[in-house]
Parts: sequence; C-alpha cells; structure tokens
Amino acid sequence: MTAVLEISGLRKTYRGRKGVRNALDGFDMVVEAGQVHGFLGPNGSGKTTTLRTLLGLIKPNEGRMSILGREVPKHLPEVAREVGAIVESPQFFGNFTAETTLSLLADAGGVNRNRVYSVLDLVGLRDRSKERVKTYSLGMKQRLAVASALLKEPKLLILDEPANGLDPGGIREMRTLMRDLSAAGMTVLLSSHILGEIQLICDSVTIISAGKRVTSGSVAEVLARHKSGAVKVRLEPGVDMMGAAQILRAAGAAVTLDTDHFTVGNASNPAQITKLLAQQEIYVTELTPVAADLEDVFLELTGTAPVEGQNRQVDETAMSAAGKGGWGQ
Amino acid sequence: MSLARAESRRLFKRRFTKLLMVGVLLILAAVAAGTYLSNQKVSAGQIAEAKAEANRDYQAGLVSAEQEKQKCLAAEGTPEIQNWGGSCENIYTPSPEDYDYVWYMPASFELRQEFPDMISVFAVVLAAAAFLIGASFVGSEWNSGGMMNLLLWRPQRLRVLGTKMAVFLGWLTGVSLLLAAVWTGVFQLIAQFRGTTDRMTSGVWQSFGLMGLRGLALIVVAGALGFAMASLGRHTGMALGALIGIGAVQIGVYVMAQLAGAKYPDVFLAPLWLFAWLYKEFVVEDYTSCDYSSTGGCELDQFTMTWQVAGTGTAVLVVLVVGAAMWTMRSRDIT
Ligand SMILES: Nc1ncnc2c1ncn2[C@@H]1O[C@H](COP(=O)(O)OP(=O)(O)O)[C@@H](O)[C@H]1O
Ligand SMILES: [Mg+2]
Repeated sequence: MTAVLEISGLRKTYRGRKGVRNALDGFDMVVEAGQVHGFLGPNGSGKTTTLRTLLGLIKPNEGRMSILGREVPKHLPEVAREVGAIVESPQFFGNFTAETTLSLLADAGGVNRNRVYSVLDLVGLRDRSKERVKTYSLGMKQRLAVASALLKEPKLLILDEPANGLDPGGIREMRTLMRDLSAAGMTVLLSSHILGEIQLICDSVTIISAGKRVTSGSVAEVLARHKSGAVKVRLEPGVDMMGAAQILRAAGAAVTLDTDHFTVGNASNPAQITKLLAQQEIYVTELTPVAADLEDVFLELTGTAPVEGQNRQVDETAMSAAGKGGWGQ
Repeated sequence: MSLARAESRRLFKRRFTKLLMVGVLLILAAVAAGTYLSNQKVSAGQIAEAKAEANRDYQAGLVSAEQEKQKCLAAEGTPEIQNWGGSCENIYTPSPEDYDYVWYMPASFELRQEFPDMISVFAVVLAAAAFLIGASFVGSEWNSGGMMNLLLWRPQRLRVLGTKMAVFLGWLTGVSLLLAAVWTGVFQLIAQFRGTTDRMTSGVWQSFGLMGLRGLALIVVAGALGFAMASLGRHTGMALGALIGIGAVQIGVYVMAQLAGAKYPDVFLAPLWLFAWLYKEFVVEDYTSCDYSSTGGCELDQFTMTWQVAGTGTAVLVVLVVGAAMWTMRSRDIT
C-alpha cells in the first residue's frame, strides 16, 4: 500500500497576547491509499490546525508534509485538484444559493459545472439548491460543504468533523456515503471526536493529543495494543462478593461491584486477583479481560476521561497529567 | 482564465453590486434630469434684451458711484469723511464685467462652460460606488469564509487576490467608460435643447477628454483602495472604518497645522487634492499675509497645488495600500 498522505515532525506555534501556544508539537501521520482514516483527538488537540497546515492555509514552523507523493506546500497548486476538503465549520457567502456557490467553485477550479447537480443530489440538497445558503440549517450547510469537497472528484477527501450538526439520519447517510466513496477508491481522512462513528467506518486511526500523535494503526491493532486492563471477575455462587472486593481494594485494586460479578479496573496482572482471593479461600469461576472500545482507548491515551468531582479544562490531557501506573505489577 | 471567469460571474451575481449600480444610475439620471429641467434655450432676442438690461444696470451703477464720489468730495475736510474710510479713493467704480448679461437671462446650459462640473459629479459618484463595491467584493468574501474555500481550490494566494482585483478593476473601467460615453452624449443633447454647444472647439473636447481620463483614474483608484483596505482588514467594514479614520485624522492634522501656525493648513484636506486633481490646480491663500502694492492693494500669499502633486501623492498611497494588501495575503495564516 502506498501512502496518500504523510506528515512528519509538524510543529506550529501560535503567538497570542498570552504568550506562545504549541498547537502542534512534532506531529506525525500516515494515511494509506483507499482507506477511511479516522483522525481523533479531544477539542483543541490540533486536528484542525493539522488540516489547515496541510492545505496551505497556515504556515508550519517546522515539519514535512506530502500529499499523493508530492511535497506540500511546495506542490500544493498541482495536488489541490486531487484533494477535496472541508475545514472546520462550513462557511459560505450567505446570499448566494447552493447552486451558485458550487458553480462558482467549479468555474474557479476548472471543473465541469454539470457536476454541481450530481453532488447536490448526492448530499440530499437537490430540492433546496436554489435557496440562499443563509437560510440553511447547520446540517444543511455541512452537507453543502461535503458537496463542495466532492465536486472535484478528489482522490483524497479531507473532512473536518463532518458529522457536526447532522441529524442521526444524516450521520448514517454520511457513513454510507463514505463507505461508498472509499469502495470506489477514494481515500478519506475524517477528523472527529465522535468515536462510535469512527469505529464503525474507519479502517485505521490516528489519535492526537496536545499536538502529538499518541497512537495510530488499524482499528483492530489499536484496540489490541491498548487492552483496557480491566477484568471481569465472577465468583462461586453464594460467596460474599463484598468481602472479596474488600480484600482486593485493600491491596489497591479499583473494584466496581455489579449484581453477579465485579470488575477490577486496573488489573495489569490478573494472576494477582486469583492469588489474593485464593489465599482467603475464595475461588474465582470466571476471569475475563474486558474488551476495550475505541472510546476507552481514546480516553486513556488522551487522558480526558472525566474524573468525578473535577472539571477538566480543555488543555488538560494525558500529556499534562501525572503519570499513571497499573496496579498489581 | 477560469478563475477570472468565476470572479466576473461572482461580481455581477452579488446583490450589492447590482444595488449600487442601480443607485449610481438613479443619481446620474437625477442630475441630468435636473440640469435639463432647470435650463432653457434662449433666443437671440432674449440675449440682446439681456445685454441691454445689463448695460442699463451698468450705467446706473456708474451714475450712483459718481454721486457717491461727489458726496465724498464735498465732505472732505469734515469729520464726515470717516463714512468713506477717510479717503475718497476707496469708492468703487463698477466695471462692465460686474454686469454679466448671462445673469439677465433664464438659465441656459452652455456645454463648454458647464460640462467640466458634470465630469466631476460623474467621477465622484462613480468613485464612491467603486470604493464600496470593491470593499464589499473582497470584504464579504473574507468575512463569510468564501475566500478560504476558494483557496482550498486554488492554493495560489497572490494569484487569487490579484485576479479578483484585476477582474474588478477591469469591469470598473469598462463600465465607467461606457457610462461616460452615455453621460457625454446626454449632456450634449441637453446643451442642444436647453442651451448651447457654441465655441466647442476640438481643443475644448481634448481638454474634456483629459479631464475625463483623470476622472477615470480617480474612479479606479477609489475602487483599488476600497478593495485593498477591505482585504487588509478581512472585512468590508474595515475599509469604511479606515475611511472614517483617515477623515478624522485629516481634520485633526488640519487643526493641529492651524494651531502650529502652518502657512497653508488647507493642503492637508483630501477634498482639495481631489479638486486639484480634477481641475488641474487648486490655489490656497494665506489670509493673514498681505503683500501691499499700490496697484493691486493687498495681495495674499498663494500656494498652488497642481494635479501632478495631487496625483503623485495619491499614487504613492495606492501603491502602499495595495502592496500591503498583497503582502499580508502572501504571508498571513488563514484561520
Ligand atoms: N488562530 C489561532 N490563534 C491562536 N491559537 C489557535 C488558533 N487556532 C487554533 N489555536 C489553538 O491551537 C490549538 C489547536 O486547535 P485546533 O487545531 O483548532 O483543535 P481541534 O483539534 O479541536 O481542531 C488550540 O489550543 C487552539 O486554541
Ligand atoms: Mg477542529
């Protein structure tokens, strides 16, 4: 497989009144051809900044990027024809109709104007295409943005949080659309923080936190690499679960009780559980690792899981939090 | 080329452009209609009559001046001489020029005499519209995010902004020339039906042509400044704000110059530059000075602002502002 998109060592600092902010801090990313690639990260982690830099809207301080094998921003004018993109919330001149907006873009980019109708149909705006964009709902503007990105029949489609503002039906349509596009050979890069969405449609993911890549790979790989570390423990019927939980808690385990079983959240060495309980003559009937989903991995890697009694601030992430260790090593 | 075509379409699809063009046409039509209605053709008989009447009034003026002089001379040596400022030399004797026969006729449109003012009206109205259309053409594009979208399609910033500006200025020039031709035709007709086209030599036409070209330059400059300032500020309002700011600074500088005792504070006022540019020169006088001579009385010191000076100053300003707009377009982060 060939890489359609490669980024390495990307750095971008914004200078503001309150000093310097490292929006990107040595970020790397690779997207293979033909995949739907999820680009995940909490708010303010640098997703939009990455995409803007890639598309030549902002200048990076450092780093190399290439699209379709050609270095950008140097060769951006040539590759731009192959890249359809929406960045952040869709923005259009409100007094033009969807049709006018797209046909002007088609003209500017040298694309046949006839494509306008087919893309408007594709995103479900055909019947409203003669109304002014100003009168559209957020979701409709989002659809128009997707239409504008598709207008070029790009090889690489970059969508920054496309599900923003879409209704459930719209999200599902978008999912189907992306599947179809990818099946037709298009590479799709999809930034999002809606993880269920990504898990459903993405072949691979990159997770970014505080301007750095924290993990990447196919969804299965990422999940396997970051087992949740939680195990489900079931005891012989009639045995005092509370007592068992006490014993484990005393040893530092994070135990969550359920009706017929309990979960140890931070069991990096499950053998410890059987050992501790067996010493008290309590025997385990079931000990299964809890499968992680993308959300768990995301929360763990980015350190943005909510903690009771605390209000997490947007820039508090795994990078800024104190190191966490497993229990039972 | 495709970019230029897209920008042409965009320019004329904008409601603001259409609205202002209609507004300009209405204003110009109103001026032409007003001129037509307030002037009329005068016959040779009317002219002779007006000349006779002017002459009668001139003679009467002479007579009363003579009487006044006699009274003054009689009062010489008495304190009453003070009524005439102490000397009879100051009594004014009217000249025939003080009784222009034109004032004794109904208003009549003389093309040679009055068309230059009509060129100015045309140029100023179109320049104002050009400033607004230029500012909004690029300003609302920045403001709405359309510019960012366009740059995703054509990631060549200078080319995008340059094409946009060139397309706008090109259309502006074309439309101005077309309207100017119509404007000239209309006033020639007005002169024919409501006045006179006498004394219209080719030299006069040439001078109108040159003034018209200076007017066109004014229109294009106004458009370019509006465009560049709105692009610099990434908002239509920024161009208007900058205009108001410049106006305020000007008045401030004018007042400061006056307080500081500058000889010709008026040269800091842009409307005078405008006047000098269109009418080739503008003379400012220092009213506090007096160069006395027995023949001419008090002669005030004068400073003549020429159209070359006004033009050069404005050209420098345009180069700076447009250059700044291009430079920031090249280097800024678009977020
Ligand atoms: N124009 C800007 N000026 C200053 N800081 C910015 C600017 N744009 C983004 N940032 C900062 O850069 C960081 C990354 O932002 P962004 O890439 O938009 O995050 P997200 O992953 O939510 O898309 C944030 O901390 C944000 O505040
Ligand atoms: Mg974002």
